[in-house]
Amino acid sequence: MTGFLARRLVNYVLLCLVATFLAFALGSATFSPLGQLQGRNPPPPASVIAAKRAALRLDEPIPARFVAWMGGVVHGDFGSTIDGQPITDELARRIGVSLRLFTLGAAVGIAAGVVLGVVSAIRQYRPSDYAATLFSFLMLSTPTFLVGTLLKFGALRLNELTGTTVLSFTGESSPGLPGGWWAHLGDRLAHLVLPTLAIALAQIALYSRYQRSAMLDVVGSDFLRTAQAKGLTRRRVLFKHGLRTALIPMATLFAFGFGLLITSSVFTERIFGWYGMGDWFVYGVTQNDTNIVATVTLFVAVVVLVSGWLSDVLYAALDPRIRL
Amino acid sequence: MTETLRPVAPLMERSSRGWMVVRRFLRRRLSVIGLVCVVLLYALAFLGPLLTPWSYAEQDPTAYLAPPSAQHWFGTTQIGEDVFAQTLRGLQKSLTIGLLVGVISTGIAAVVGTVAGYFGGWVDRILMWVVDLLLVIPSFLIIAILSPAFRGKTWLILVILLAAFSWMITARIVRGLTLSLREREFVLAARFMGVSPWRIIARHIVPNMASILIIDATITVGTAILTETGLSFLGFGVQPPDVSLGTLIASGTNSALTFPWLFLFSGGLLALTVLSVNFVGDGLRDALDPTSTHAGRRRSGE
Amino acid sequence: MSEPVLTVTDLTVSFPTEQGRLTAVRALSYHVKAGEVLGIAGESGSGKSVSSMAVMGLLPAHATITGSIRFQGRELLGLPDAEFSQIRGRRISMIFQDPLSALTPVYSVGDQVAEALVVHGALPARAARARAVELLDVVGIPDAARRARAFPHEFSGGMRQRVVIAMAIANNPDLIIADEPTTALDVTVQAQVMQVLATAREVTGAGIVLITHDLGVLAGFADRVQVMYAGRIVETAEVDDIFYRPAMPYTRGLLAAVPRVDTTRRGTLVPIEGQPPSLVGLGPGCPFAPRCPLVIEQCRSTEPDLASVSGTHQCACYRAAPAAPAPLVSGIESYHNVSHSRVLVVEHLVRHYPVRKGTILPRQVGTVPAVDDISFELREQETLGLVGESGCGKTSTLMEILNLTPPAQGRIEVLGIDVSTLDRRRRRHLRADLQVVFQDPIAFLDPRLPVFDLLAEPLRAHRVPAAEIHQRVPELLKLVGMSPEHASRYPAEFSGGQRQRIGIARALALEPKVLLLDEPVSALDVSIQAGVLNLLEELQGRLGLALLFVAHDLAVVRHIADRVAVMCLGKIVEVGPVDAVYTAPQHPYTQALLSAIPIPDPAKERARERILLTGDLPSLAEMPSGCRFRARCFRYAALPVELRSRCEQEEPAQQARGAAGHESACHYAAAHAVL
Repeated sequence: MTGFLARRLVNYVLLCLVATFLAFALGSATFSPLGQLQGRNPPPPASVIAAKRAALRLDEPIPARFVAWMGGVVHGDFGSTIDGQPITDELARRIGVSLRLFTLGAAVGIAAGVVLGVVSAIRQYRPSDYAATLFSFLMLSTPTFLVGTLLKFGALRLNELTGTTVLSFTGESSPGLPGGWWAHLGDRLAHLVLPTLAIALAQIALYSRYQRSAMLDVVGSDFLRTAQAKGLTRRRVLFKHGLRTALIPMATLFAFGFGLLITSSVFTERIFGWYGMGDWFVYGVTQNDTNIVATVTLFVAVVVLVSGWLSDVLYAALDPRIRL
Repeated sequence: MTETLRPVAPLMERSSRGWMVVRRFLRRRLSVIGLVCVVLLYALAFLGPLLTPWSYAEQDPTAYLAPPSAQHWFGTTQIGEDVFAQTLRGLQKSLTIGLLVGVISTGIAAVVGTVAGYFGGWVDRILMWVVDLLLVIPSFLIIAILSPAFRGKTWLILVILLAAFSWMITARIVRGLTLSLREREFVLAARFMGVSPWRIIARHIVPNMASILIIDATITVGTAILTETGLSFLGFGVQPPDVSLGTLIASGTNSALTFPWLFLFSGGLLALTVLSVNFVGDGLRDALDPTSTHAGRRRSGE
Repeated sequence: MSEPVLTVTDLTVSFPTEQGRLTAVRALSYHVKAGEVLGIAGESGSGKSVSSMAVMGLLPAHATITGSIRFQGRELLGLPDAEFSQIRGRRISMIFQDPLSALTPVYSVGDQVAEALVVHGALPARAARARAVELLDVVGIPDAARRARAFPHEFSGGMRQRVVIAMAIANNPDLIIADEPTTALDVTVQAQVMQVLATAREVTGAGIVLITHDLGVLAGFADRVQVMYAGRIVETAEVDDIFYRPAMPYTRGLLAAVPRVDTTRRGTLVPIEGQPPSLVGLGPGCPFAPRCPLVIEQCRSTEPDLASVSGTHQCACYRAAPAAPAPLVSGIESYHNVSHSRVLVVEHLVRHYPVRKGTILPRQVGTVPAVDDISFELREQETLGLVGESGCGKTSTLMEILNLTPPAQGRIEVLGIDVSTLDRRRRRHLRADLQVVFQDPIAFLDPRLPVFDLLAEPLRAHRVPAAEIHQRVPELLKLVGMSPEHASRYPAEFSGGQRQRIGIARALALEPKVLLLDEPVSALDVSIQAGVLNLLEELQGRLGLALLFVAHDLAVVRHIADRVAVMCLGKIVEVGPVDAVYTAPQHPYTQALLSAIPIPDPAKERARERILLTGDLPSLAEMPSGCRFRARCFRYAALPVELRSRCEQEEPAQQARGAAGHESACHYAAAHAVL
């Protein structure tokens, strides 16, 4: 038992390591971090470039660079950016920004998705089902960057029409806002609405589709018939026996849904000017900064594995057939 | 219950399965509309450029940021490029990339999944570990990291990269199906008759999940288009001077409120494309997958 | 007796399908009185289940139902759900066929039984839970208080069916509908469940509708029987009349087609020719006419109504003539020589399966001895029946032989060759001589390939030239009684019996010497089953095959086998010539097994002593010491304490007893006729 847990943990750590190494190696191989420096006009002296080269350890083989960087990571030091800024300082703030988006997006997505899916299944082939289906398809077919952009302009129009800032769409808070703690909280919430919506709409669509078909699978099952034969009304059978059982497959979907969430957060953060991990990743790639890219990759790997683990735990909690 | 819903099999002609699939597909209105849209979109993307005198890279010095007109159907950009020609070019690129990626990645998934599932053992363990690994880092990130490497090179590299990183989930599904098919009696029977493993995979296992593979290929076309346009939106995909719907949307975003034509046409076509492809996929699922829940019931419910 | 509890009049149920409107039940009328057991018999597709679902109001919304269903004077048809749910589970309750899927997986069984009480306001929640434990005890669930907190997946099929029965009797209903309640269960469990059902009847005094395809089950339990065919009642009578004086050719055919466990030796069974009709677009005339040996012109033009034959005995047939059922054995005895050369030898074979647990943390927690040290041999042209209940290891044994790879322990020899000496090429070569037919022809034949390719596949795998294949395939089809034109069709276009014939043809393609059959007829309706059994016997005689016939149905095995080996918990507990084993079984398990099989003969059935085994099969993972059967063994239970220790400590070995070749593995073996 302990041996098994240990092996599983080792595998997780190994996956994170290999994933990070992959990102680090690919980044090191394709990026040209000196490009910007060399492209300056007037060109900087060769000594400056050589110094930068040495600082970035570009002459060492990639594995050696990785080991050196990883050695720092183990001690909580994620190295520095090309510009020499320590990564660790910014990391915590950015993780906070991203996780806020992830948790809210997932929570809203699952809650609304399950409700929508169940309603769809129970009222199958009624107008409400068709509307929900159409909505889901539309959301799953429209990329986040389009949804986000449209939401942003929708909010802009709304603000123009009302003449005040009903919905904020830039950044995570208004800079230099006067007022107390409550005002700040309200301001932050107002800033949260649109990005959360941008990220949650696709999640709602995803979960509602699966919840609908899981529910439909259960609707024809023998145990619902037994429950009905006991004298429960159809409605009660559907909710007490049907929905409870149809929630089980949702647990396995959770890990997959979270992967989707991470990717769409990259766009959401870019569009709404949130300085989170996704935004940082894009910045890292455009700046050819291997350390930033590897750090974000490590973060993503950990988040994916944790969500996978949560998914398993959720599964076990929902299904008595699954035992530790 | 089951006994009534499964009447004694009527004698069917040889081609009747094909017809039944077509009939079931045609029954779903949205899927038919989706199919028509996909065909029209392809036609538009490849035949459309013949309708306009402008090429996507050409600039009209007499019209900067002109709204849609008879001259420029979708208007022009800041430097006088024809948005119609550009949008069609982008659509072409996105459709082609989507189709190629869908086919290639489903092919990879079929091979990896069946091999892992059928042979099991260390082959399975290694392959599934690779799948786990690629699920831990979203393919999106890897391609983004690699983007500087193919900057200025052919977009086909992008196709290969997209295909190389989008087969994992399908491979998992295929492996699961193979595991259950492997224990199915007709596969056992073939094995006990002395049929070789590769032949069993080719003749019994792959054909028996053909419908799943077709459905999945369709879905992958949709996701591939989304991934490609997403990458291009961030500047990591199709590189200028070439255009994709993603780059067009990205460049149109900033001025979308004042000059909506820069953004709306490409955005709308993108959503329409993926939506149509998804509807086709859904219809195929209904028509091909006999276990799908809503096939027969729908008719009978009416 | 009293007024009918339930009166069904002119009930018609139809469903829309892709092929057209399917009429599952046609103008059905019957009644059930309080305390009476009405048996409804029929093959699959006869409408017996649909009609009872209609009574329960559980048919899907798209079903069109007409006629009248009156329960205690109240019309049920068209009753709104809220009112109907007051009746369901309180006044009428139902027991379903498949106990494995009949319980909600996420609630404990105690809660599910209690729910039946709470929902009708019979008891408050706490009292209902206490009552649920009592009910579980009534239906024979050991340690009910503790087991009530367990979830359905922790129960065996038989135990789950008891839970369903506990729910059904919870509110003292006036009518219990049991829809194939034992079909999915093993015979010894079936005997237990029928016993529980009899208890339920005594406890509640309810009328019971017992629906089944197995006439034997009805013989000992039902008061009246009605036989359904193509959605209608074709014959209805007191139970004795149905079994001793059936009037309808269909009923007579059914009784003649079933192999019986209590009659000796083989002969040809009389199958009913043809297939049940499709219920979509049924033509005029009697639906049984195409299969009826007594058909006359009138039968084809107008459908006969139910008419009285004598007293309460009614039959829908122009040719109705009550007569004793056709003799089981017709024509010549098929006879073949069993030579002494051994084609298959299994010695001390062991097969362990790893037991895994958990999904979050999948890990191996031990092994299950699915096959534990078994030995047997099969001689040329002989049929050996390998029987046992589910999980006894018979299929594992078969697979182990078919793999042709060295077993973990023990030895397998096929046609004189020890399989552990085989290399890849010779193994493939040997496969030609050892072929298999599986239980379910739908699963056994790849649905995507036409029959020609299916039959050609083994030939191609063994590099038979194409020209020869083209010649061989039609021959094979003819061999199994099908026509060469069938080669271009797909498996889905054939009926179950025909598919099984194709499966047999395929197994015979390479002219094997040994044919392994895994439950080859258990998925088929009885009327079809007889034809396949006859074919197997005929082919054995003609081709000189040795058959290893794996089955759970002891009657079928008695009919076809020369020798029989009885497996229990991974061991062979008894082996011997068929007649010796059936007439003088030595091992208590064999005796229990034989006594549990219902015989389609009401008088015999009523007079029979039934040995009921207690409890469930022990889990293979927690095998007891000594004799592994002892936990359920009635003989062990009756032993004085000082003699028991032998069973507890020493594992019994096979010992010769009685007739030549008759061996059993029991310390206290004693012949005891149970049939």
